[in-house]
Amino acid sequence: MSQSYNRGTIESFGRWREFSAGMWAWIFHKFTGWVLVGYLFTHIAVLSTAIEGAEMYTNTIVTLEGLLLVRILEVGLLAVAVFHILNGLRLLLVDLGIGLESQDKSFYASVILTGAITVASVPTFIAGAF
Amino acid sequence: MAEHYSSFTEGGRLWLWQRITAAFLVVVLAFHFFLLHFVYHADEVTFGLSAARMQTWTYYSLMVLFLITATFHGVNGVYNALINQGLTGTKRQVVKWTLVVASGILLVQGIRTANAWAGIGVF
Repeated sequence: MSQSYNRGTIESFGRWREFSAGMWAWIFHKFTGWVLVGYLFTHIAVLSTAIEGAEMYTNTIVTLEGLLLVRILEVGLLAVAVFHILNGLRLLLVDLGIGLESQDKSFYASVILTGAITVASVPTFIAGAF
Repeated sequence: MAEHYSSFTEGGRLWLWQRITAAFLVVVLAFHFFLLHFVYHADEVTFGLSAARMQTWTYYSLMVLFLITATFHGVNGVYNALINQGLTGTKRQVVKWTLVVASGILLVQGIRTANAWAGIGVF
Protein backbone atom coordinates (compact mmCIF):
# COMPACT_ATOMS: atom_id res chain seq x y z
CA MET A 1 0.00 0.00 0.00
CA SER A 2 1.30 3.42 -0.87
CA GLN A 3 1.42 5.97 1.93
CA SER A 4 2.28 9.59 2.36
CA TYR A 5 5.48 10.46 4.17
CA ASN A 6 7.29 13.57 5.23
CA ARG A 7 10.35 13.70 3.02
CA GLY A 8 11.56 16.90 4.72
CA THR A 9 13.03 19.73 2.73
CA ILE A 10 15.01 17.84 0.13
CA GLU A 11 16.15 21.18 -1.29
CA SER A 12 18.05 21.69 1.96
CA PHE A 13 21.52 20.91 0.62
CA GLY A 14 22.97 21.05 4.14
CA ARG A 15 21.67 17.47 4.51
CA TRP A 16 23.97 16.20 1.75
CA ARG A 17 25.54 13.50 3.96
CA GLU A 18 22.12 11.82 4.13
CA PHE A 19 21.57 11.88 0.37
CA SER A 20 20.98 8.59 -1.44
CA ALA A 21 21.88 7.72 -5.07
CA GLY A 22 18.54 9.07 -6.31
CA MET A 23 19.12 12.39 -4.56
CA TRP A 24 22.61 12.73 -6.04
CA ALA A 25 21.13 11.97 -9.47
CA TRP A 26 18.58 14.76 -8.90
CA ILE A 27 21.32 17.24 -7.85
CA PHE A 28 23.65 16.29 -10.75
CA HIS A 29 20.76 16.58 -13.21
CA LYS A 30 19.91 20.08 -11.92
CA PHE A 31 23.57 21.17 -11.94
CA THR A 32 24.23 19.86 -15.47
CA GLY A 33 20.94 21.40 -16.62
CA TRP A 34 21.97 24.84 -15.30
CA VAL A 35 25.36 24.53 -17.03
CA LEU A 36 23.78 23.47 -20.34
CA VAL A 37 21.19 26.27 -20.41
CA GLY A 38 23.91 28.80 -19.50
CA TYR A 39 26.06 27.41 -22.30
CA LEU A 40 23.15 27.58 -24.78
CA PHE A 41 22.95 31.37 -24.34
CA THR A 42 26.75 31.71 -24.58
CA HIS A 43 26.87 29.42 -27.62
CA ILE A 44 24.31 31.47 -29.57
CA ALA A 45 26.08 34.71 -28.58
CA VAL A 46 29.40 33.43 -29.99
CA LEU A 47 27.85 31.86 -33.11
CA SER A 48 25.91 35.05 -33.89
CA THR A 49 29.20 36.70 -34.90
CA ALA A 50 28.30 34.97 -38.22
CA ILE A 51 25.73 37.75 -38.72
CA GLU A 52 28.64 40.25 -38.90
CA GLY A 53 30.23 38.32 -41.76
CA ALA A 54 32.31 35.28 -42.68
CA GLU A 55 35.67 36.72 -41.61
CA MET A 56 34.40 37.87 -38.23
CA TYR A 57 32.93 34.42 -37.49
CA THR A 58 35.92 32.39 -38.65
CA ASN A 59 38.39 34.62 -36.78
CA THR A 60 36.31 34.42 -33.56
CA ILE A 61 36.05 30.62 -33.66
CA VAL A 62 39.68 30.04 -34.69
CA THR A 63 40.87 32.35 -31.86
CA LEU A 64 38.67 30.63 -29.25
CA GLU A 65 39.49 27.08 -30.40
CA GLY A 66 43.20 27.97 -30.33
CA LEU A 67 43.02 28.44 -26.56
CA LEU A 68 43.81 25.33 -24.53
CA LEU A 69 41.48 26.58 -21.77
CA VAL A 70 38.54 26.60 -24.19
CA ARG A 71 39.34 23.03 -25.28
CA ILE A 72 39.47 21.89 -21.63
CA LEU A 73 36.15 23.65 -20.95
CA GLU A 74 34.71 21.81 -23.98
CA VAL A 75 35.72 18.48 -22.43
CA GLY A 76 33.89 19.60 -19.28
CA LEU A 77 30.87 20.54 -21.39
CA LEU A 78 30.94 17.08 -22.99
CA ALA A 79 30.95 15.44 -19.54
CA VAL A 80 28.03 17.60 -18.44
CA ALA A 81 26.04 16.89 -21.64
CA VAL A 82 26.71 13.13 -21.60
CA PHE A 83 25.61 12.82 -17.97
CA HIS A 84 22.46 14.91 -18.62
CA ILE A 85 21.64 12.71 -21.67
CA LEU A 86 22.22 9.39 -19.86
CA ASN A 87 20.47 10.42 -16.66
CA GLY A 88 17.68 11.96 -18.78
CA LEU A 89 17.18 8.58 -20.49
CA ARG A 90 17.09 7.00 -17.03
CA LEU A 91 14.41 9.51 -15.94
CA LEU A 92 12.34 8.95 -19.09
CA LEU A 93 12.41 5.19 -18.48
CA VAL A 94 11.49 5.60 -14.80
CA ASP A 95 8.60 7.91 -15.85
CA LEU A 96 7.40 5.06 -18.10
CA GLY A 97 7.59 2.69 -15.14
CA ILE A 98 10.74 0.90 -16.33
CA GLY A 99 13.65 0.26 -13.97
CA LEU A 100 12.37 2.02 -10.85
CA GLU A 101 13.65 -0.82 -8.62
CA SER A 102 17.17 -0.47 -10.02
CA GLN A 103 17.24 3.33 -10.32
CA ASP A 104 20.29 3.53 -8.04
CA LYS A 105 22.24 1.08 -10.23
CA SER A 106 21.28 2.97 -13.41
CA PHE A 107 22.55 6.21 -11.77
CA TYR A 108 25.91 4.59 -11.02
CA ALA A 109 26.00 3.25 -14.59
CA SER A 110 25.31 6.79 -15.92
CA VAL A 111 28.22 8.19 -13.89
CA ILE A 112 30.65 5.45 -14.96
CA LEU A 113 29.64 5.66 -18.63
CA THR A 114 29.94 9.48 -18.54
CA GLY A 115 33.47 9.14 -17.17
CA ALA A 116 34.44 6.54 -19.78
CA ILE A 117 33.04 8.53 -22.75
CA THR A 118 34.65 11.75 -21.50
CA VAL A 119 38.09 10.21 -21.00
CA ALA A 120 37.92 8.45 -24.39
CA SER A 121 37.00 11.77 -26.07
CA VAL A 122 39.86 13.83 -24.64
CA PRO A 123 42.33 13.16 -27.54
CA THR A 124 39.71 14.24 -30.14
CA PHE A 125 38.72 17.35 -28.19
CA ILE A 126 42.30 18.48 -27.58
CA ALA A 127 43.61 17.71 -31.11
CA GLY A 128 45.16 20.71 -32.83
CA ALA A 129 45.23 22.87 -29.69
CA PHE A 130 49.04 22.72 -29.41
CA MET B 1 -2.26 7.64 -1.35
CA ALA B 2 1.02 9.38 -1.86
CA GLU B 3 0.84 13.18 -1.80
CA HIS B 4 1.04 15.04 -5.06
CA TYR B 5 4.42 16.73 -5.20
CA SER B 6 5.50 18.49 -8.35
CA SER B 7 6.60 21.95 -9.45
CA PHE B 8 4.31 21.52 -12.48
CA THR B 9 0.68 22.62 -12.38
CA GLU B 10 -1.65 19.66 -11.94
CA GLY B 11 -3.45 18.87 -15.18
CA GLY B 12 -1.01 21.08 -17.11
CA ARG B 13 0.79 20.13 -20.30
CA LEU B 14 4.26 21.56 -19.46
CA TRP B 15 5.26 18.32 -17.72
CA LEU B 16 4.49 16.36 -20.87
CA TRP B 17 6.27 18.84 -23.16
CA GLN B 18 9.36 18.71 -20.92
CA ARG B 19 9.43 14.91 -21.52
CA ILE B 20 8.67 15.11 -25.26
CA THR B 21 11.45 17.67 -25.83
CA ALA B 22 13.76 15.55 -23.64
CA ALA B 23 13.23 12.49 -25.86
CA PHE B 24 14.03 14.59 -28.97
CA LEU B 25 17.02 16.36 -27.39
CA VAL B 26 18.65 13.14 -26.17
CA VAL B 27 19.08 12.09 -29.80
CA VAL B 28 19.80 15.48 -31.41
CA LEU B 29 22.25 16.71 -28.74
CA ALA B 30 24.25 13.48 -29.08
CA PHE B 31 24.18 13.90 -32.90
CA HIS B 32 25.27 17.56 -32.57
CA PHE B 33 28.30 16.65 -30.42
CA PHE B 34 29.21 13.71 -32.64
CA LEU B 35 28.99 15.68 -35.89
CA LEU B 36 30.78 18.82 -34.70
CA HIS B 37 33.55 17.20 -32.66
CA PHE B 38 34.14 13.76 -34.17
CA VAL B 39 33.17 14.07 -37.86
CA TYR B 40 34.33 17.70 -38.09
CA HIS B 41 36.93 18.96 -35.63
CA ALA B 42 37.24 22.08 -33.50
CA ASP B 43 40.37 23.33 -35.27
CA GLU B 44 38.76 23.06 -38.73
CA VAL B 45 35.75 25.34 -38.17
CA THR B 46 35.16 28.00 -40.83
CA PHE B 47 32.16 30.07 -41.89
CA GLY B 48 32.14 28.18 -45.22
CA LEU B 49 31.82 24.73 -43.59
CA SER B 50 29.01 25.91 -41.27
CA ALA B 51 27.25 27.60 -44.21
CA ALA B 52 27.52 24.47 -46.38
CA ARG B 53 25.72 22.43 -43.71
CA MET B 54 23.10 25.10 -43.01
CA GLN B 55 22.27 25.54 -46.71
CA THR B 56 20.86 22.01 -46.64
CA TRP B 57 17.18 22.43 -45.72
CA THR B 58 17.00 19.23 -43.68
CA TYR B 59 19.98 20.34 -41.54
CA TYR B 60 18.63 23.91 -41.25
CA SER B 61 15.20 22.62 -40.15
CA LEU B 62 16.73 20.19 -37.66
CA MET B 63 18.91 22.92 -36.13
CA VAL B 64 16.02 25.40 -35.84
CA LEU B 65 13.89 22.69 -34.17
CA PHE B 66 16.91 21.87 -31.95
CA LEU B 67 17.14 25.55 -30.93
CA ILE B 68 13.41 25.79 -30.16
CA THR B 69 13.23 22.54 -28.14
CA ALA B 70 16.51 23.21 -26.28
CA THR B 71 15.36 26.72 -25.36
CA PHE B 72 12.00 25.47 -24.10
CA HIS B 73 13.49 22.49 -22.23
CA GLY B 74 16.29 24.54 -20.66
CA VAL B 75 14.28 27.59 -19.67
CA ASN B 76 11.32 25.53 -18.43
CA GLY B 77 13.78 23.40 -16.45
CA VAL B 78 15.31 26.49 -14.83
CA TYR B 79 11.83 27.85 -14.02
CA ASN B 80 10.80 24.60 -12.33
CA ALA B 81 14.10 24.32 -10.45
CA LEU B 82 13.47 27.82 -9.03
CA ILE B 83 9.91 26.87 -8.06
CA ASN B 84 11.35 23.81 -6.27
CA GLN B 85 13.56 26.21 -4.31
CA GLY B 86 10.47 28.09 -3.13
CA LEU B 87 9.93 30.82 -5.73
CA THR B 88 6.40 32.21 -5.37
CA GLY B 89 4.21 35.30 -5.83
CA THR B 90 5.46 38.44 -7.55
CA LYS B 91 9.04 37.15 -7.75
CA ARG B 92 7.75 34.08 -9.59
CA GLN B 93 5.93 36.29 -12.13
CA VAL B 94 9.00 38.51 -12.62
CA VAL B 95 11.24 35.46 -13.14
CA LYS B 96 8.69 33.85 -15.47
CA TRP B 97 8.43 36.85 -17.77
CA THR B 98 12.18 37.52 -17.67
CA LEU B 99 12.72 33.94 -18.85
CA VAL B 100 10.06 34.32 -21.55
CA VAL B 101 11.75 37.50 -22.88
CA ALA B 102 15.24 35.92 -22.68
CA SER B 103 13.93 32.89 -24.61
CA GLY B 104 12.45 35.15 -27.28
CA ILE B 105 15.76 37.01 -27.73
CA LEU B 106 17.68 33.71 -27.88
CA LEU B 107 15.33 32.28 -30.53
CA VAL B 108 15.44 35.42 -32.70
CA GLN B 109 19.24 35.66 -32.49
CA GLY B 110 19.66 31.92 -33.14
CA ILE B 111 17.42 31.97 -36.21
CA ARG B 112 19.14 35.14 -37.53
CA THR B 113 22.47 33.28 -37.20
CA ALA B 114 21.13 30.20 -39.01
CA ASN B 115 19.77 32.50 -41.74
CA ALA B 116 23.17 34.19 -42.12
CA TRP B 117 24.77 30.79 -42.79
CA ALA B 118 21.93 29.60 -45.02
CA GLY B 119 22.13 32.75 -47.15
CA ILE B 120 18.60 33.79 -46.19
CA GLY B 121 18.17 37.49 -45.48
CA VAL B 122 19.03 38.47 -41.89
CA PHE B 123 16.35 40.80 -40.57
